[in-house]
Amino acid sequence: MPELRDLYQEVILEHSKTPRNYKEPAGTNQRAEGYNPLCGDRFTVYLAMDGDRIREIGFQGAGCAISKASASMMTQSVKGKTKAEAHRIFEQFHELVTGHSHEPEAELGKLAVFSGVSEFPVRVKCATLAWHTLEAALEGNQENVSTE
Amino acid sequence: MSAAAAVPIRERIAKPLVDIGFDVEKIRADFPILRTKVHGHPLVYLDNAATSQKPQAVIDALVRYYEGENANIHRGVHYLSQIATEAFEQARETVRAFVNAADAKEIIFTRGTTEAINLVAQTYGRVHVGAGDEVLITAMEHHSNIVPWQMLCEEKGAKLRIAPMNDEGELLLEKYEKLLSPRTKIVAVGHVSNALGTINPLKQMIALAHAKGIPVVVDGAQAVPHLKVDLQDLDADFYAFSGHKMYGPTGIGVLYGKAALLEAMPPYQGGGDMISSVTFEKTIYNKLPHKFEAGTPDMAGVAGLKAAIEYMNGVGIGKIAAHEQNLLVYATEIVGSLPGVRLIGTAREKASVLSFVLDEVHPHDIGTILDQEGIAVRTGHHCAQPVMERFGIPATVRASFAVYNTKGEVDALVRGIRKVHEVFA
Repeated sequence: MPELRDLYQEVILEHSKTPRNYKEPAGTNQRAEGYNPLCGDRFTVYLAMDGDRIREIGFQGAGCAISKASASMMTQSVKGKTKAEAHRIFEQFHELVTGHSHEPEAELGKLAVFSGVSEFPVRVKCATLAWHTLEAALEGNQENVSTE
Repeated sequence: MSAAAAVPIRERIAKPLVDIGFDVEKIRADFPILRTKVHGHPLVYLDNAATSQKPQAVIDALVRYYEGENANIHRGVHYLSQIATEAFEQARETVRAFVNAADAKEIIFTRGTTEAINLVAQTYGRVHVGAGDEVLITAMEHHSNIVPWQMLCEEKGAKLRIAPMNDEGELLLEKYEKLLSPRTKIVAVGHVSNALGTINPLKQMIALAHAKGIPVVVDGAQAVPHLKVDLQDLDADFYAFSGHKMYGPTGIGVLYGKAALLEAMPPYQGGGDMISSVTFEKTIYNKLPHKFEAGTPDMAGVAGLKAAIEYMNGVGIGKIAAHEQNLLVYATEIVGSLPGVRLIGTAREKASVLSFVLDEVHPHDIGTILDQEGIAVRTGHHCAQPVMERFGIPATVRASFAVYNTKGEVDALVRGIRKVHEVFA
């Protein structure tokens, strides 16, 4: 039986209460909005790109603890990374939360706390909303992203 | 906030609990799914506004239909077809009596409330609504009573007008009356709000519209399972409801329409059963109610719906309503007094629905934690996004009651909410 504490780990709760990089950074030159129509979660991800590299990243919006913590920790993990590196981290994160990899890749670092999401399949969309939005922002896709 | 909101919730809406001599355990034994265990806990099913569970009598009716009665209706001279036709038309009469329609031909079987409302919008609506006209709905409608009218208005160049509500989720009747204009061609209103539980003053609203010659379409999906609905007394022109929210099967619903209106309307879909003769030059449409029932209908669903109504009649709609009202009063009092809880929808007249939000915790997280305790509630916008916007929230947690729910289950909900506080402490 899945355990609540596996999902709501202290780090996740803490990030949901005090999200990091919760702002539009100066020099933002790419952005995208993500929306989960099932639960009404809505986030904007802001990027200040320096060529191919994410110089600054921030986000704002409203959502559940999982989606907010995921957005917060995502901004920490991809800051300073190139587009390709950020994409690779999302791929690994996606594998983790969908239960396709049981041993979190070392590159994921602190993001490994989201492994419990795989026991709660309906919450995968919460954990990945900000990431899908990041991908759209990286592609310069101005269309809103929807999880549906 | 209105002045009324300053009065404590318990004093405002709590009504005395009424002892109705109701054996809820006996009722529960009729619903096999209630024996389910969820994550090691007994299922506490509080998502009845989404769909209710089915008693054995309804399940048996479906099986009996396929085991002993299945044949296509209205077109066979053979034994089974006659049996099936007879059963189908008997069910129509059962529905008629249940909602006190004047004539069984005013009962049209549809897939559900949504299809019923679309039927009216696409037939009556397309004939009577033109450029510059208005369709009036309320601020508390379900998407299924918004979007069909929006589509119609877009097609015709008409305008959708919205009658507002107050902070309690009560319709502002005076504003509603003022919005009834010479351009208003249709009023479409929910009898009971699915997101807030508000019971609208339907009889008054219909009388006000009729005084200006405007017909009223009612979304009754959340009313028929919980209240005695008397269509002749209400004088509704159209009234839609779904079987699956009233202990019946999914995929079957009802559109009631006054015979004179239905007679004058063009058909909705073309096909078999809705015709009386077809040549390549001309088709003559069938008489009511068949004119609106193109194609082979959901005959098993109709048999199940009949069984559901018989089940409700057996318990007594008055007793169902009183039992659910007791649960709502009890839940309002104890959930409403928990720290951090804000009730959404505190109308004086409510049925079955307790919607709330918790400070600092998103409804989706609450839903997951309650699910771990075996408690099924709805979290989200409840297909009523404008309602959420009105209250400035993205979503709510909604507990909704049915005849088989117990005070013990409300207590389990309270324990679940305490658990949420623990996790998020």
